[in-house]
Amino acid sequence: MFRSIGPVLAVMRKEFRSELRTRYALNALFMFVVTTLAIILFAIGNENASSEVLSGVLWIIIFFSTMSGLSRTFITEEERGTGPTLQLLTRPLTIFIGKFIFNTVLLFAINLLTVALYLLLLTNYQIRSYDIFITIMALGTVGLSATSTILAAIVAKANTKGTLYPVLSFPLLLPLLLSVINATKMAADGARFLDALGEYQVLISYSVVIFTASVLLFEFIWKD
Amino acid sequence: MDMTLLKFLLFFWLAGVILAAFAFPIVPSPRHWNEFPVIPGLEDKARILFFHVPMSWTAVVAFIISMISAIRYLVRKNGNDDIVSAASAGLGLLFCVLATVTGSLWAKFNWGSFWNWDPRETSIAILLLIYGAYFALRSAIDGEEKRAMLCAVYAILAGVTMPFFIFIVPRIVASLHPEPIVNSQGKIHMNPTMLTVFLASLAGFTALYFWMLRLRIRTMKAEILSLARADAA
Amino acid sequence: MLELTAAHIAKTFNRRNIFRDVSFTLKEGTSLTLTGRNGSGKSTLMKIIAGVLTPSRGSVVLNDDGKTIPSSDHYRYFGFVSPYLQLYDEFSGEENIRLVQEIRGLPAEQSTIDGALADVGLAGRGGDLLRTYSSGMKQRLKYAAALVHRPRILLLDEPTSNLDEEGKAFVHRAIERQKGQGILILATNERDELSLCDAVITLGDPAGGKEGL
Repeated sequence: MFRSIGPVLAVMRKEFRSELRTRYALNALFMFVVTTLAIILFAIGNENASSEVLSGVLWIIIFFSTMSGLSRTFITEEERGTGPTLQLLTRPLTIFIGKFIFNTVLLFAINLLTVALYLLLLTNYQIRSYDIFITIMALGTVGLSATSTILAAIVAKANTKGTLYPVLSFPLLLPLLLSVINATKMAADGARFLDALGEYQVLISYSVVIFTASVLLFEFIWKD
Repeated sequence: MDMTLLKFLLFFWLAGVILAAFAFPIVPSPRHWNEFPVIPGLEDKARILFFHVPMSWTAVVAFIISMISAIRYLVRKNGNDDIVSAASAGLGLLFCVLATVTGSLWAKFNWGSFWNWDPRETSIAILLLIYGAYFALRSAIDGEEKRAMLCAVYAILAGVTMPFFIFIVPRIVASLHPEPIVNSQGKIHMNPTMLTVFLASLAGFTALYFWMLRLRIRTMKAEILSLARADAA
Repeated sequence: MLELTAAHIAKTFNRRNIFRDVSFTLKEGTSLTLTGRNGSGKSTLMKIIAGVLTPSRGSVVLNDDGKTIPSSDHYRYFGFVSPYLQLYDEFSGEENIRLVQEIRGLPAEQSTIDGALADVGLAGRGGDLLRTYSSGMKQRLKYAAALVHRPRILLLDEPTSNLDEEGKAFVHRAIERQKGQGILILATNERDELSLCDAVITLGDPAGGKEGL
């Protein structure tokens, strides 16, 4: 089990190096976040949107960023014919975990950017309880990545990849999104850290459940 | 078992349920066996209970069966399991649409608008989205084995998130759903007549679902056979 | 002693039978050629043997000194070169070999990598991105990636496609070496390659066409 760490890290490193070389996902995501924020700003204009609405909008942007960026890792393997090559190098689980870690780190980076720009540009939206906010961002990112990674593996094997991905992801991500939006609102309103305990529990159990299911199911998707 | 006999039995059972649901009078203090009590705030509109809840229940049962067949497919790789899974999902979609529509009607008559973001309403809509996603996936894959495999995996993933809907969603938004039926202690506080008709309806719709499932599986298998013959010719 | 057994392998795709019952056993030091018309399923069978495609029926069994190897570990034994197994365009030849070894969990010393590249005649081109390689060079790199971990079973699907005379000579050398030390399976339609192995299976032939086994 522990000798698998080398191969897992090797898969992860390959993903990072590939992304840094080609920058397909990074460029697209950066422009996506900037453009979407601009649209939101124009749409809201001078209106005073409530903290509920703005908490929700933040996660809408994050959801669509996830959809734009996290499927790349599996779709390119399928399209370029490098999938079978990988299959002959190591066990399926190694590949899944390596790509999952990559997706999670990528999503963290994107979300950091999104949150920073969001707080900067939407001046009437303030976070008062940063302890809740940071915890929620961390847990939410892991959960989003878990679901998105396994679904990306499924979508990579289908035909109409682009539009199918959000359609499959949204229903499965709803419990996570509801929980995370609610907690973000609490963070904006200045609740205490333990007030959001219910949400932390939901997010942790959600991530554990999805990750476990993914580990068990991945091989069925990956092998033709 | 003679299927024709069962078919007629089911027909009369459901006919009886529908009749009872609409014809039994609603009186303030029921004294006869065929009278329903008045539920304050609902009155005549309570009749939809006999249809809406069984349909929702059936939609969930269909989903669970779809998921169990999916697991069996992954274990045994037998094409029949995939057929059951898809057939059940199709029926589940149908009952889910019916449940959402009857629920919306009730919402309109009771609270004035078709949609209220009540958690149960939301849950049934989410189930609808899951069914829709399942069929979107199904139509996007060439190759029977791959299609069966990927749909089975998705059904299981969706099934695994179900508990979160049932338990978590209601926590977040205060419920508009009436709680005359099952309260927190799990006791059933329904008038015996209503309870009888309700349970009869539940049983009837479940039986209807299983009968339709059988038919659908036979149809799908026949389709596959005729396609195979066309290929061979 | 390594033994590879294909046991009653069948594959159907969308209800069409590609092949019905393929069985053979290969021991270390023996080799097999698969041949047949285009579409007869040579590549499909190769994929099934390598473990990248699941058969509809039957299985591939590996026995090492009497011990059965679990199918999740089969990948360690195979080296596979084929037109549909690609390497990474955005990396250099050297980086591709290194990542292939690292993901395998095997040592990726510079000397090993240099040796692998030199063996296929790519010494000095290892630093260039795969994107800049000609198709012949890409084919050679695929050999390097497949051979660097000294696989006990070598699968070659259309072994000399895209290769010039020099490249073909190298492939024939690699084939001879593998025949001596391991198991070799070739899939080809080239006449002059048909007799390279101990036995031939012709797919798509209703009589089975198994000679020499």
